[in-house]
Amino acid sequence: MTTTHPPVPALATAPRASLWQPVYLRTELRRLVRNRRTVIFTLVMPPVFFLLFGTQSSYGTQSVGNGNVTAYVMISMALYGAMLATTSGGAGVSVERAQGWSRQLRLTPLRPAAYVLTKVVSALVFALASVLVTCAVGLASGAQISASALVLGALVAWVGSAVFAAFGLFMGYLLPAENVMQILGPVLALLAFAGGLFVPIDGGVFATIAKFIPTYGLAELTRSPLLGTSPSAWAYINVIGWGAVFVAGAAWRFRRDTARV
Amino acid sequence: MTTDDLALDLRGLHKSFSTPAGTVRAVDGLDLAVRPGEVVAFLGPNGAGKTTTIDMVLGLAVPDSGTVRVLGHEPSEAIARGRVSAVMQTGGLLKDLTVRETLDLMASFYGTSAAVGLAIERAGLADAADRRVGSCSGGQQQRLRFALALLPDPDLLILDEPTTGMDVAGRRDFWNAIRADAAQGRTILFATHYLEEADAYADRIVLLSRGRVVADGTAAQVRAVASGRVVSAVLDAPMTVAELSALPGVDRVEHRGDRVQLHTRTSDALARVLLSTAGAHDLEITSLGLEEAFLTLTSDVPVLAAAESAAVTTGSLR
Repeated sequence: MTTTHPPVPALATAPRASLWQPVYLRTELRRLVRNRRTVIFTLVMPPVFFLLFGTQSSYGTQSVGNGNVTAYVMISMALYGAMLATTSGGAGVSVERAQGWSRQLRLTPLRPAAYVLTKVVSALVFALASVLVTCAVGLASGAQISASALVLGALVAWVGSAVFAAFGLFMGYLLPAENVMQILGPVLALLAFAGGLFVPIDGGVFATIAKFIPTYGLAELTRSPLLGTSPSAWAYINVIGWGAVFVAGAAWRFRRDTARV
Repeated sequence: MTTDDLALDLRGLHKSFSTPAGTVRAVDGLDLAVRPGEVVAFLGPNGAGKTTTIDMVLGLAVPDSGTVRVLGHEPSEAIARGRVSAVMQTGGLLKDLTVRETLDLMASFYGTSAAVGLAIERAGLADAADRRVGSCSGGQQQRLRFALALLPDPDLLILDEPTTGMDVAGRRDFWNAIRADAAQGRTILFATHYLEEADAYADRIVLLSRGRVVADGTAAQVRAVASGRVVSAVLDAPMTVAELSALPGVDRVEHRGDRVQLHTRTSDALARVLLSTAGAHDLEITSLGLEEAFLTLTSDVPVLAAAESAAVTTGSLR
């Protein structure tokens, strides 16, 4: 048969691939579960820290706001775990650039923005798992907290940790090292101390410094449902300000990285 | 042929890089037209501009000047449509995924999930499909890159030194897979610095040196140019081009003033004939400039030793 087909008019541009890539997201989550270090850092360490610091009988049962001190430590550690999860998820771009994976992806129709979105969403899924595990261990170990304070606090910890996904991306694009989390792990611990996430800082010069640390605002916002206080305007300014810095930094490096040079 | 009919159309490409030592002209005025269905070898030493050219074809680098058309499209457009794909030299794989997971993931980007089974089969990966990429051999990883490149069923397949670091058996298996694929009519462009690979697997060899095309033809033609010499002499009695061409081993004849220049691959025999029977004097035998470049790039053996055995080596390795 020799029928001739009318010529198909060529599209000026190929249809743009979707930003939403479910197969990629599933694959990324599978990789996170397989990575023993990620599992330990995000799902084991935060509850263990909670058990070490939050269940001391001397102060654990003292009541604060809508719960007790154990619940206060639980919520703080849930935020710390979520931060670790999102930071390491974002920083994963560093390793993948070093391994040439980003370059391989550039030879496919996948859009660079879809790559970043998938990394961020998978990091947020892991952050949620971290928050849930820490809260479950907390509730089973004597944390007392009203249901609404628990839900609200956990939600703020989870959503707020997105700021650190941007931080992780920024650092991941900035630092060429394959072992970027070996740098960022201690940095996060330092930020958590300096921002009053592990231990509240009262008065003095350190309290003043703490207000400018990226963890400060998130810590205050996350705890306020438990404490029954309304967060200060400064907490919002801190979170939004640092969030803007990290997003702008990540976007700047991202554009540099994907520029065809 | 118009640019839209060509698989690849490169015109006047230039690309320089700034290094601490100064500006390097990686690609310096390169023109190349590849017709559909050709299997073309890009042959040249490290630094000849092979990878830089390939990067520009794939849209990973932008030329300083000149144009790149891939199947009538801009490179980024050809990539987005899955018309061109590439097997890169190293990297580009996630060690913690299995072979099949990697293929499933990449196929999802092209929307060709059904192609995974065929790609595994064509690349000879059936035994390794459920193995983690990190525990695959170098040859298996390279065949995985090949399988990935097959997923969009591209019209043009580009391979950048695909067998670097592979053992002999792995190299043979890899090329068998490529050859079977080329038989289906796909256009293939591969970079290599192994003469025997170019010779055995390409219809056409494009020889690059210092960012330019210095020879372009069939394997036989390029080998003739590369292994040839020029015997020049002054003749007592003038001879016609036809007479000179009839001398043993003469490929080409040129007159330069009172000298004749005879291109040949058997310079010793020709010199003997010229001196003994043709009344030649002031005879000189010189290597072509190309030969030196060619041998340097195609052999790890020192140039002088390789020059003696070039023809034999290429013949026996096939």
